[in-house]
Amino acid sequence: MGLLSNKNKEVLLGPLSANNPVVVQMLGICSALAVTSKLEPAIVMGISVTAVVAFANVIISLIRNTIPNRIRIIVQLVVVAALVTIVSEVLKAFAYDVNKQLSVFVGLIITNCILMGRLEAFALGNGPWESFLDGIGNGLGYALILIIVGFFRELLGSGTLLGFQVIPEAFYKLGYVNNGLMILPPMALIVIAVIIWVHRSRNKELQEN
Amino acid sequence: MATKKFKCKVCGYVHEGDKAPDVCPICAAPASEFEEIKPEKKGLDRDSNVYTVVYAAVMVVLVAVLLAFTSQSLRSYQQKNEENDKRQQILRSINIVVSSNEAEAKYNDLIKEAFLVNENGEKVEGDAFAADVVKAASEHKYPVFVANVDGQTKYIMALHGAGLWGPLWGYISVDGDKNTVYGADFSHQGETPGLGAEIAKPAFSGEFKGKKLFMDGTFKSIAVVKPGKSVAGQDYVDGISGGTITSKGVDAMLFNSLSGYVKFLTSQN
Repeated sequence: MGLLSNKNKEVLLGPLSANNPVVVQMLGICSALAVTSKLEPAIVMGISVTAVVAFANVIISLIRNTIPNRIRIIVQLVVVAALVTIVSEVLKAFAYDVNKQLSVFVGLIITNCILMGRLEAFALGNGPWESFLDGIGNGLGYALILIIVGFFRELLGSGTLLGFQVIPEAFYKLGYVNNGLMILPPMALIVIAVIIWVHRSRNKELQEN
Repeated sequence: MATKKFKCKVCGYVHEGDKAPDVCPICAAPASEFEEIKPEKKGLDRDSNVYTVVYAAVMVVLVAVLLAFTSQSLRSYQQKNEENDKRQQILRSINIVVSSNEAEAKYNDLIKEAFLVNENGEKVEGDAFAADVVKAASEHKYPVFVANVDGQTKYIMALHGAGLWGPLWGYISVDGDKNTVYGADFSHQGETPGLGAEIAKPAFSGEFKGKKLFMDGTFKSIAVVKPGKSVAGQDYVDGISGGTITSKGVDAMLFNSLSGYVKFLTSQN
């Protein structure tokens, strides 16, 4: 047994690749488009979602036997909304600059489909510890895709990474131009599609006929 | 006395009686293979309407109390952050960049006076720092901050307008002649990162330094034009490529907000 049995390991690590919430389950695409034009908000968003989904999973898992079946979605929503509001209030009080940067995206965590998906599919039927691992795993799987997309969009769209100039000035003198389209939402969709393509070509069992 | 139920673990046969049968009538398993089925503990009926309504009510009240408590206990920190953020913005408009924990001291040091003026340029009652710029403007009151930078007087005025996705606001400072721009700072709520959001960067706000608000004694504001374009009869700065609507928003914001200050700027003191 132990805290990290094989099943728990699968619960934790599965969502990173083979069962990734974004590229395999196609959840949370909307926020992946919105926050990835720069790398930094993508990282902070990934961390925030990981924290919220992990704790929401634990809370729902603890009260899962008391939730009336007919209003379970509402109960989940209230728990998530309360958590997100608390995160946002704490950020406002102690990390004002980060909060200003994320602005509306913190609130958008509530509408992230990954949260509802995990609460409904996992936390309602599993114990708190497994649910916690599941939340961490899925949050990290989401963060991973966000960071990859954010990396390419900031590098190709602005020539910077985390705000530092990466592409040397000499390139611009030779006629290199930042791709303005990378900053706009459509390119996020295309970058995610390319990631899915690469991911599927390496994981043959995921390919649909 | 209610009869107990015993279930055969081998074949699943259920026997009713006071004790398990000696031999299972179906599969002939011995009594040791039977186990008692405990009657379900009579708990709350989780599907009943009463339970659902009470559960929802209790949950909502609990969450409300929790959130109210969080909000109340963090309010003073948040307010302080907001005030320091505002001080930082005002200080940036006179080209002074400080961290948020130094903002208050620096602000108190440099800003000598803060007052509201009306559309005729006369001082009116009110707290300029605490005033909401948009609300004050609808009452024809405009905040002015007087700063003293290296012995020279600078007047700082508040701006507010609309960009592509949400509100824009900022501060612009002028020299003692109430015409030449000394510095500017712009903020936004949710302009596109990398495009419209570039207005918050010093590269954009720095362009305003030295520009004139008045041409031949009439108020012209400062135009924000497409990079490379020019405009006759007034000073202009380059807008943001790819952030046309935000740039136009800044242009309109400067004209509309500063219009309220014209009388104040043309008055002699």
